[in-house]
Amino acid sequence: MTSHEVSVVGDAAEQRHHLVPRNRFGAFMVLLVVVSVLSLAAGIAIGSVTVPLRDVVDVVLDRLWPWYEADERGVNDQIIWEIRTPRALLGFVVGAALSVTGAVLQALVRNPLADPYILGVASGASLGAVTVLVLGSGVAAGLGVSGAAFAGALLALLAVFILGRQGETLVPTKLILAGVALSYVLSSVTSYLQIIAEPNRIQGVLVWLLGTLTLSGWGDLGLPAIVTVLSTGWLLVRARPLNALLMGDEAAASLGVDLRRFRSELLVVSSLLVAVVVAVSGSIGFVGLMIPHIVRMLVGSDHRRLLPAAALLGGSYLVWIDILARSIRRPVEVPLSIITAAIGGPFFLWLMRRRAPRLHVRRCRTISNTERTMT
Amino acid sequence: MHVQLTDVHMEIDDLPIVAAASLRAETGEMVGIIGPNGSGKSTLLRSIYRTLQPVGGLVTVGGDDVWSLSSRQSAQRTAVVAQEATADFDFSVTEVVTMGRSPHLGLLQRESDTDHDIVTEAMARVGIADKANRVFATLSGGEKQRVLVARALAQRSRVLILDEPTNHLDIRAQLELLELIRDLGITTIAALHELNLAAHYCDWLTVLDRGRVVATGSVDEVLTPALLADVFGVACHCGIHPVTGRFHLAYTPLQDQRLGER
Repeated sequence: MTSHEVSVVGDAAEQRHHLVPRNRFGAFMVLLVVVSVLSLAAGIAIGSVTVPLRDVVDVVLDRLWPWYEADERGVNDQIIWEIRTPRALLGFVVGAALSVTGAVLQALVRNPLADPYILGVASGASLGAVTVLVLGSGVAAGLGVSGAAFAGALLALLAVFILGRQGETLVPTKLILAGVALSYVLSSVTSYLQIIAEPNRIQGVLVWLLGTLTLSGWGDLGLPAIVTVLSTGWLLVRARPLNALLMGDEAAASLGVDLRRFRSELLVVSSLLVAVVVAVSGSIGFVGLMIPHIVRMLVGSDHRRLLPAAALLGGSYLVWIDILARSIRRPVEVPLSIITAAIGGPFFLWLMRRRAPRLHVRRCRTISNTERTMT
Repeated sequence: MHVQLTDVHMEIDDLPIVAAASLRAETGEMVGIIGPNGSGKSTLLRSIYRTLQPVGGLVTVGGDDVWSLSSRQSAQRTAVVAQEATADFDFSVTEVVTMGRSPHLGLLQRESDTDHDIVTEAMARVGIADKANRVFATLSGGEKQRVLVARALAQRSRVLILDEPTNHLDIRAQLELLELIRDLGITTIAALHELNLAAHYCDWLTVLDRGRVVATGSVDEVLTPALLADVFGVACHCGIHPVTGRFHLAYTPLQDQRLGER
């Protein structure tokens, strides 16, 4: 029994160490960059017509670098440059944005189950998009699906921030409660719209709600890409106060973090980022929940390493998910959440089982403490 | 650097928690705040390290109103060691202590060699240099508190706030921690639960009861049987510790003493 307990404690101690040693982080990031480039290339090459990787390289270099002497532009040129490239890039941007905001919100509310949609952004976006998909863009002042989704996300956020405010401070717990409650209300309207929709529009609605990159072209890429790069940079610069926040409110305050202001800034930046990506991709579940956990196991909790690694890994991950979505049942494109949930659910069960021994030890200690106070 | 609280009023969700509390700690002194649970000890301390703004009164550290300083300026003067952190992250001891340098660094600034030297020195001073690469969360309660004291030292602050730092520690770790902190010679204000620890280590004591300061003074002025019965609801025999020669308390429930007197 004793030896069993000792081994359990040993395991727990080992699990705390992340897999990539600190002095190898640079090399690991280089590896992630390579993986990202390869994933993007694969995302461009694989599809209903699979084009050779050589053509992908040819076309992309030809477009980016005027002096590049490509072989004559073939039929693949249009597929590669007009359709696949913006789609792969958008997938990467969305995956990166969801992973980064997931990591930040988990630190902010100190809850490992926090995800980017915790503030009701997705339900607002869904209502906006579904309104246009079902009733036509006439009711939404001529906005397209993405535009209406973005407007819905912003309105939902505004409502949550107003409801979750206390004086001039944004209180995380109140925000979450407001976000959850608002999500239910908005979802009920979204569901009502689905019920009254004409049957031929239902599938489009369903696909959007479960997340898709089908609609993407170069025009959809600009805003999300710019916002993702700027917000991630902004957050990265604040990695040190983010770390302090993990140590507790008192610790953060005593280390010179202006808690009220910093929390509000984090909430506004990360939820705007989510709003921008949800508008172009629908609500893709589990990415923002799963990737930060995997990356913490790899590089640890320090946000200076966590955030850039999460961006690259999350981006690559979603590119591969999109490849799967296009390949599983051609020519039908499977909505992304179907795949991310099918992978993410079992992952969380595995994570829970893996951590179970430690939780068990902790619970035993709590019980014995309780018994001690009772006797 | 001295700390002065004048007539501080504090509220949480519009409920008054601390009323008209005043307190003074001169440079290098250790002042203990004692009082039953819920008497407002932690809340009062928060007014000093800028986590809860008083609704009335003045808090100065080194002569300046802390609430007119920036968060960073305040953190350069005041460090905090709170109750044992229940943290679920994998920062190493060195990383946690290095966080103490953050009030001195700009957002884009990296730690310099000087910063790393300060961190190494702080870890050596509290005797955790050999655990520099251990993961913070795997340390014992006493070791964790030492790491947090090292972080406070790395912060190079001139004032140290302790909020029941010995909770959850075994007896030896409690004594070692307070011994260590007293030997640092920094101005210290500590909320303490254990009255004998407070009596042994503090230069002055302030007693809080339901948010009000009911006594302030030297240890033997404050810890009288009448006050302990009144504030803590215990009967108390105050004597001299046979070994240390310092003030020492032995307490029993109030009813028991009445039984004994009969």
